[in-house]
Amino acid sequence: MKYVDEFRDPQKARALLAEIESLIDQVPACQDRPLYLMEVCGGHTHSIFKYGIENLLPKKIELVHGPGCPVCVLPMGRVDDCVALAEIPGVILCTFGDAMRVPGSKKSLMQAKADGADVRMVYSPLDALEIARRNPDREVVFFGLGFETTMPSTALTVLQAEQEGIENFSLFCNHITIIPTIKAILDSPDLQIDGFLGPGHVSMVIGSAPYEFISAHYKRPLVVAGFEPLDILHSIWMLLKQMVEGRCEVENQYNRIVPKEGNGPALGAIAQVFELREFFEWRGLGSIDHSGVKIRDAYARFDAEQKFAVPAVKIADPKACQCGEVLKGVIKPWQCKVFGRACTPETPLGALMVSSEGACAAYYQYGGIEMEAAE
Amino acid sequence: MNMMSKPRRLTADRITLAHGGGGKAMRDLIEDVFTSVFKPAGMEDQARLTSEALREEGAQLAFTTDGFVVDPIEFPGGDIGKIAVCGTVNDLAVGGARPLCLSAAFIIEEGTDVALLRRIAASMQQAADEAGVAIVTGDTKVVGKGSGDKVFVTTSGVGVIPPGRALSADRVRPGDVAIVNGVLGDHGAAILAARGDMALSTDIQSDCQSLNGLMEAVIAAAPNLRAARDATRGGLASALNEIADAAGVGVELDETTVPLRPEVNGVCEILGLDPLYLANEGTLVLFVPQHEAEAALAAMKAHPTGEGSVAIGRAVETRPGTVVMKTLFGGSRIVDMLVGEQLPRIC
Repeated sequence: MKYVDEFRDPQKARALLAEIESLIDQVPACQDRPLYLMEVCGGHTHSIFKYGIENLLPKKIELVHGPGCPVCVLPMGRVDDCVALAEIPGVILCTFGDAMRVPGSKKSLMQAKADGADVRMVYSPLDALEIARRNPDREVVFFGLGFETTMPSTALTVLQAEQEGIENFSLFCNHITIIPTIKAILDSPDLQIDGFLGPGHVSMVIGSAPYEFISAHYKRPLVVAGFEPLDILHSIWMLLKQMVEGRCEVENQYNRIVPKEGNGPALGAIAQVFELREFFEWRGLGSIDHSGVKIRDAYARFDAEQKFAVPAVKIADPKACQCGEVLKGVIKPWQCKVFGRACTPETPLGALMVSSEGACAAYYQYGGIEMEAAE
Repeated sequence: MNMMSKPRRLTADRITLAHGGGGKAMRDLIEDVFTSVFKPAGMEDQARLTSEALREEGAQLAFTTDGFVVDPIEFPGGDIGKIAVCGTVNDLAVGGARPLCLSAAFIIEEGTDVALLRRIAASMQQAADEAGVAIVTGDTKVVGKGSGDKVFVTTSGVGVIPPGRALSADRVRPGDVAIVNGVLGDHGAAILAARGDMALSTDIQSDCQSLNGLMEAVIAAAPNLRAARDATRGGLASALNEIADAAGVGVELDETTVPLRPEVNGVCEILGLDPLYLANEGTLVLFVPQHEAEAALAAMKAHPTGEGSVAIGRAVETRPGTVVMKTLFGGSRIVDMLVGEQLPRIC
């Protein structure tokens, strides 16, 4: 495939790996311990597993699979609210595919669908708006999920609905923002991260400038990375190079897509429709200040939480789950007490087991090789 | 007076509940739309079969059944009728049976276009002719609007396994070579694109085809063929996992040799799907002992449904029950069974 295969060239990969191998021994931080690098984004986690990158890297590099899978960090209470919306008579609930299986405290959307709710899988919020146009006698609710990557398309859909006067469309907004989340991880007392691979798609919207505080204040380097295997290796190489040269900066490996200042129109649409919530609950990480967005009052009639009564009950994470520790890199997925026993992709307890971008599901699916090596 | 009845005609454009009522309307449907095309030997409630092949000492009767519910009913490269014939022929063929005849049962939703049913029947007969089987018995039922989705088809098939053939997954041994007959995932990708909710324009065609001819060619060239599968739902990944599990061997795949059409790969990239799990409807995956691999490959490549045949991996002693793929990139990953449906990723 043109413009893709170039970033999957095994020969270039070998050359990069050789350089990474020679750099790692010069990194001051990992003379007597592994080097912990976090990929923030679930898309990176997926590529790392799909291409088997982890077992190509030197043993001294430990990849920590961060909180960037929006489906995985959704707390049970929000899933319950979404199921409740789906079960209101007359509602068509539209969702991205991988949110279908996320467990609520009683059921997932997939189970709600089997119980009779009209739940439809869409690929874009605009598809949900089209369903609203075609079903004027029904209420269409879109389950809005994701970081800044998907936020602009949701915002533009709300604006489109307003412009066309489509009144039977609303948004159940669970969009979250990346920066406060990275900050919460950096502030965590059990933090073990030496450097970050920054999320490429989020950065395409917000740019690379918002990460400057990570290098300036927390003294951790960050490289905004693309999603192809060579992008990821190249970004790891850039992080090591910084460490060896004693630099600590925000760099942009994904500059074919990510401009430093981000995407103006996308940011404009986000700002027009959304405002920060005071706090938002994350599965595994607890409540994080200013980490979620809600619909501004001007667009309140498109806000499903205002249009319908949702239970909004806070449900504690299952006690046995150690999703938070996995997210922060304190333990590896298979070191969790319930991994592979009570918690499997068939019967996920923790959300990290649900989406193929979730670290636990990825390990369960693809990672047996590393697990065996580690045991 | 001449008592011979004239051929019955169905004049309606759409199916109503009357066509399932057991009366004249139902006979019009059955005779005009189905039996006039399938031409079964008699109109009894059962087909009466004789087969020379079965009389051979040691021959076995093979029997299989499969239900078909594809959406959309018609898609590039085939329709539900073609799949219903090819799918059941293939289930017989991959077990080493020579397919003889099929039954076909139709559950039709009230309101379905009669023209659609006629197209399905014609396509079934064409697929049956190509595979060398007869459709000898059948049934129709009509259900109310909303109780079905246009038409569901169930086919059962009977075939004969000649004496001495014993294909089964548990016979696969470490060292055996895994071969597929061509590119993967065409059917799954064609169906996804044809559903139209993605606004993807591709000219990918379903690979829907009967594999009995190809199977006969392989068995002639590689008499010790261990096992074969028709990699349908769940794709190549599921077929290989089934075999690894049954045989208690590991399977090592080499991603560089896994044949994929660039368009299919593109659809998967866009939707966040894994082509190894995409459905196929005419994809054969088989295991042969290493010393017969070359002969098997040559015979397959010489056959019209096997021109793209290629060895994609082998059975190994390590990690019994597990399929491991060496990635393009030199890494390796486990290729597990799907948990449920393959769900597209959010970003």
